[in-house]
Amino acid sequence: MDPRLVTAVIVVLGVPAVLIGYIWLTERALGLLGQRARAGLRPWLWLAPALAFLAVFLVYPTIGTLVRSFQDKTGTSFVGLDNFAWFFNNDASLLALRNSLIWLVVLTALTVGLGLLIAVLVDRVRYETVAKSVIFVPLAISMVAASVIWTFMYWRSTPPDPQIGTLNAALGSVGVGPVAWIQVSDFGFNSIMLVIVMAWMWTGFCMVILSAALKGINPELLEAARVDGATERQVFRRITLPLMAPTIAVVTTTMLITALKAFDIVYVMTSGHFDTQVVAFQLIQELYNFNSPGRASAIGIILLLAIIPIMAFNIRRFRAQEAIR
Amino acid sequence: MTAIPAAAADRSPGRIGRRIPLHFVVIFLMVVWLIPTIGLLVNSFRPPDAVTSSGWWTAIFSPSQFTLDNYAHVLAQSNMSAGFVNSLFISIPATVIPIMVAAFAAYAFAWMKFPGRDILFVVVVGLLVVPLQSTFIPILQLYGPKGLNIAGSFLTVWLAHTGYGLPFAIYLLRNFMGELPREVFESAAIDGASPVTAFFRLALPMTVPAIAALAIFQFLFTWNDLLVALVYIGAQNPDNVPLTIVVSNLVSSLGGGWQYLAAAAFVTMALPLAVFLALQRYFVRGIVGGAVKG
Repeated sequence: MDPRLVTAVIVVLGVPAVLIGYIWLTERALGLLGQRARAGLRPWLWLAPALAFLAVFLVYPTIGTLVRSFQDKTGTSFVGLDNFAWFFNNDASLLALRNSLIWLVVLTALTVGLGLLIAVLVDRVRYETVAKSVIFVPLAISMVAASVIWTFMYWRSTPPDPQIGTLNAALGSVGVGPVAWIQVSDFGFNSIMLVIVMAWMWTGFCMVILSAALKGINPELLEAARVDGATERQVFRRITLPLMAPTIAVVTTTMLITALKAFDIVYVMTSGHFDTQVVAFQLIQELYNFNSPGRASAIGIILLLAIIPIMAFNIRRFRAQEAIR
Repeated sequence: MTAIPAAAADRSPGRIGRRIPLHFVVIFLMVVWLIPTIGLLVNSFRPPDAVTSSGWWTAIFSPSQFTLDNYAHVLAQSNMSAGFVNSLFISIPATVIPIMVAAFAAYAFAWMKFPGRDILFVVVVGLLVVPLQSTFIPILQLYGPKGLNIAGSFLTVWLAHTGYGLPFAIYLLRNFMGELPREVFESAAIDGASPVTAFFRLALPMTVPAIAALAIFQFLFTWNDLLVALVYIGAQNPDNVPLTIVVSNLVSSLGGGWQYLAAAAFVTMALPLAVFLALQRYFVRGIVGGAVKG
């Protein structure tokens, strides 16, 4: 037998057993303490495994990033806020910033909006699983393969060559000339076209989570409203939607952060040309292409700071949730 | 739990006419989503020169273009089956471990009171924004001979995927656990149930749809992950590389071989799709209410 299989079985069965054993043991140990110490200590024991993982894999590297963001290219001397000043004082980053804002707004609106619409609509049809699978499939396609197909969706041949791109061929069949989908940068047009590729992939993500929230609503609650004479629209607006609101907020937050971090599609489809640069891809380029970890780190820190308002909103929401439950 | 009255009412004869727009919208969205997928599927069966000279829809009318060459080439890779097994070895523990660790943390955040809880929670969720690329160098040093000396082993990616997956897992589960009604936990406490019992008997069963959703995504992301595997396994241990690395090796450094990507996409997609379909049965209305009563 493959020794790695033995290891995998040990891990899959062993790790949960160890974790359950850990929680059970801590509860026994807490039993020896007084009521007060117990309540004070218990949450930290429950959090400990998660905090240990986060400290090692995310917090510790981020501290390094913070230090590097104040250093020069070679990491030998501190340059204060120079890397940050550089970011906010060159046209390329300001353009990337504008495009990231387009990604933030358009991607989140499309994925959350369509994900919610689809989750609610397919809940009412008998072919729900088929419909959900169709929306989910793009998420299972690798980012590179998705970029390959969308390159062909957006392809523009120079007339009189026949259009082999799906969209331009469709336009041609109704007599409209071909559009250079990913080259035209007026008003961020091509950035929006790239966002659509990402939205095609990630709507399934929002749909699955929102669907889980929808299925979690107690059907008796909805039935009680119907018995009391509420119309379907009222049931949705007054009961379903408010009950789903916390999950909508979670999905929205996650998509805002996903939009901030997205760079793969820009990398594969335009490499940031045609004014489609985004902040996350700029970070990657500074890190790997321009060998400038100081600037890359500064961009990483700017991304971290950018989500503070989103997080503040989340705190308020959780406090409200606690007050009413 | 009785039958769902809403669905039954919707199927009554008087409602059929009103349901046509519903079906129209759902089917329209399905078609919009399917067009690129079908384009990719059709192109995965075509030779590269045909793909670049005519649109994929033309192949439907001239099926002589179709070939299995792309799939044959992908499946003929000598390390394909090893890659498949390695991907399973990586993805299953990398799905199970973070969900368990996150569930405990989420329960503590949702139902235990302690100083600094809100700030700590926001920091945890805020870590979602950390670019993974900025963590590779310090973690590689930690894994290397001067640290834990586990470079190239599966353990490296299990641990890394757990760390990287936790912020979202905790965030999602804390939200769903926080939605549970307070009375359930209060009456359990009055009956003498410890938090451990309340967690395993109440909180976990009542969060099943969220856990199913989380399992789908964590499995999908670890299965499709190229970056983390490349950094922690790729260079050090060629025997342990997952399917994604095998597939990426099909594409030459000059950019040739991209037609194999389409075929590979459908080969590698099969398993995450199966997981998605298998977990669909947890997305049934009433499963949560049933758990409360049971």
